[in-house]
Amino acid sequence: MRNVLKHSVFFFFFALLALAPIQGMAQDSVQQPKKEKFDAKSFIFGHTGDSYCFHITEIKGEPVCVWLPVIVKCKDGGSWHCFSSKHVCELKEGETFNHKGANFYISPINADKYPGKLVEVKGDGSISRPFDISFTKNAFGIFLVVIFLLAFFLPAARKYKKDPMAQPTKYQGLVEWLTYTVLDGIIRPNIPEKKVKKFAPYLLTVFFFIFFANLFGLIPFFPFGANVTGNLSITVVLALLTYFFVNLFGNKHYWKDILWPDVPIFLKAFPLMPIIELISTITKPFALMVRLFANILAGHIVIMVLMALIFIIGGMYGAGMGGVMSVVSIFMTIFMTALELLVAYIQAYVFTILSSLFIGMAQHEPEHE
Amino acid sequence: MDLFLPESGLVIWMLIAFLIVFVILAKAGWPMIMGAVEKRNAHISDSLLAADEANKALAGIEQKRQETMAAAQAEQIRIMKESQDLKTQLIEEAKTQARKEAEKIVTDARLRMEKEQAEAMAQMKSEVVTLAVDIAEKLLQRELSDKQAQNDYIEQLLKNNPTQIQA
Repeated sequence: MRNVLKHSVFFFFFALLALAPIQGMAQDSVQQPKKEKFDAKSFIFGHTGDSYCFHITEIKGEPVCVWLPVIVKCKDGGSWHCFSSKHVCELKEGETFNHKGANFYISPINADKYPGKLVEVKGDGSISRPFDISFTKNAFGIFLVVIFLLAFFLPAARKYKKDPMAQPTKYQGLVEWLTYTVLDGIIRPNIPEKKVKKFAPYLLTVFFFIFFANLFGLIPFFPFGANVTGNLSITVVLALLTYFFVNLFGNKHYWKDILWPDVPIFLKAFPLMPIIELISTITKPFALMVRLFANILAGHIVIMVLMALIFIIGGMYGAGMGGVMSVVSIFMTIFMTALELLVAYIQAYVFTILSSLFIGMAQHEPEHE
Repeated sequence: MDLFLPESGLVIWMLIAFLIVFVILAKAGWPMIMGAVEKRNAHISDSLLAADEANKALAGIEQKRQETMAAAQAEQIRIMKESQDLKTQLIEEAKTQARKEAEKIVTDARLRMEKEQAEAMAQMKSEVVTLAVDIAEKLLQRELSDKQAQNDYIEQLLKNNPTQIQA
C-alpha cells in the first residue's frame, strides 16, 4: 500500500515534468500579452515582513484579506487615527486616503523611504511616518500564539488545581511531558535548585512562545503564517525580558564580578574590566535577539526564494521551464520545511537554554569564600 | 535596512501580549502543573516507601508466625510426652496399689485364717480337754482302785501326741 502510494506520487511528478514543456510551448505560441515583471524582492520581503492586512488568497484577481485595524498618531497634529486597513491597502498608485483631515497611504515595498509602511502626506507633499501602533499581521500572529498558549495550558492547570492526585488524562500527559522536557532538560541543569520555582515560569513561557510562534510561522495559510519570531521587534522584547531577568535578580556575587572582578588592580581601577563586563551583559541578550531573528527569517527567506525561483525561471525561459522548476522547488521546499521544523525547536531550545544559563550565572553562589 | 530596525508599534504589542501570557501562566498555569506533578511524585515515592515497609513488616510477621508455629509444635510434643509419662506413671501407680491391695487382702486373709485356725485350735483344745475330762471321768469311774496304774497311764497319754489321744 505504502509502496503504491510512493510510486503514484513519483508518477504524478514525472507526469508533470513530461507535460510541462508541452503546456509551455502551447502558451508560447499563443503570444499572451506581456505581464508586469516579477519583482522577487518585494515578493520575498512582502511575505516575510509585516503587513497591515492579512492577505489570505486571491480569487479572480481580487485579493481576499482580513483587514486589520490601523492605529496611528500623527506627529505634529497629535491626533489619533483608527481605521480599517482596507482603505489604505486598496489604494491605487498616487492615491491617498483621507481620515479626519489627514492623508495616508502605504509606501510601496520597493520605495526608498519607509518601504511598506503607512505614511502621512502633508499639504506641501512631504511624507512623514506617524507614530504607528497598528494591529498588524505580526501583532495578530503574536496574539494567536498567546491565545493558543492560554487555551492549551490553562485547562490542564485547572484540572490539576481541581484534583492534583487524579489520574492524568492523555491531554494532561502531553502538557506534563512538554513542560517537563523543558523544565528538566533546559531549566534545571542551569539554574540553582532553590531558584527554579522563581524563574521557571518565565523560561517556560519563553520556550513555548517561541516554539509555537516558529511552528505557526511555518503553516502557510490563514490564520497562521505570520513571520513572528523572524521579526526583530519580537526578538528584541524577548531579549530585553531576559536581560531584565538576568540583571534585576542578579545577586551580590554577580555584581561584584562585573564591577570589581578578581583581576589585577590596574585593570579595574582604570575601569577597563568593569566596562567590558558591563558591555558583555548587553551583548549576551543582543546575541540571543539576533540569533533567533536571523535563523527564522533566513528559513522563511529560503522558502520564499525557492517559490520565487519558479517565477524567475518561468520569466526567463518561459512557462515550461517554470513548470519544471516548480517540481524542483516543491521538493526543495518540502525539505526546507522539514528542516525549519527542526530549526523551530532548536531555536526555541537555544534561546531558552541560553536565557536560563545567563539567569543561572547571575544566581550562582560561590561555593567557598 | 528596514528589516533590522525594531518597529515601535509591534514592540508595544509584543510587550503587552507577552506580559499577558506570562502573568497569566505564571499565576495560574505553571505553578499548578508543576505543583501537581511534584505532589504526585512525592506521593508515589512515599507510597513506594510505605509498601516497602509494609513488605518488611509482613516478612517480620511471617517469621514470627513460623516461630510461633515451631514453639507450638514443641509444646505439643512436650505435652504429649508429658502425658505419656503421666500415663505410664499412673499405670505404674495403679499396679503398685493393686499389688499392695492384693497383698493386704492376702495378708488379711492369712491373718483371719490364722485367727480362725487358732480359734479352731482353741476350740479343739477345749473339746480335747472336755474329751480328756470325759475320758478321765470314765476312767475314774472304771478303775479308781488301781492308782499306780492310772498315773502311769495318764503320763503316757500326756507324753504322747494329743492327736494320738484323740485317736
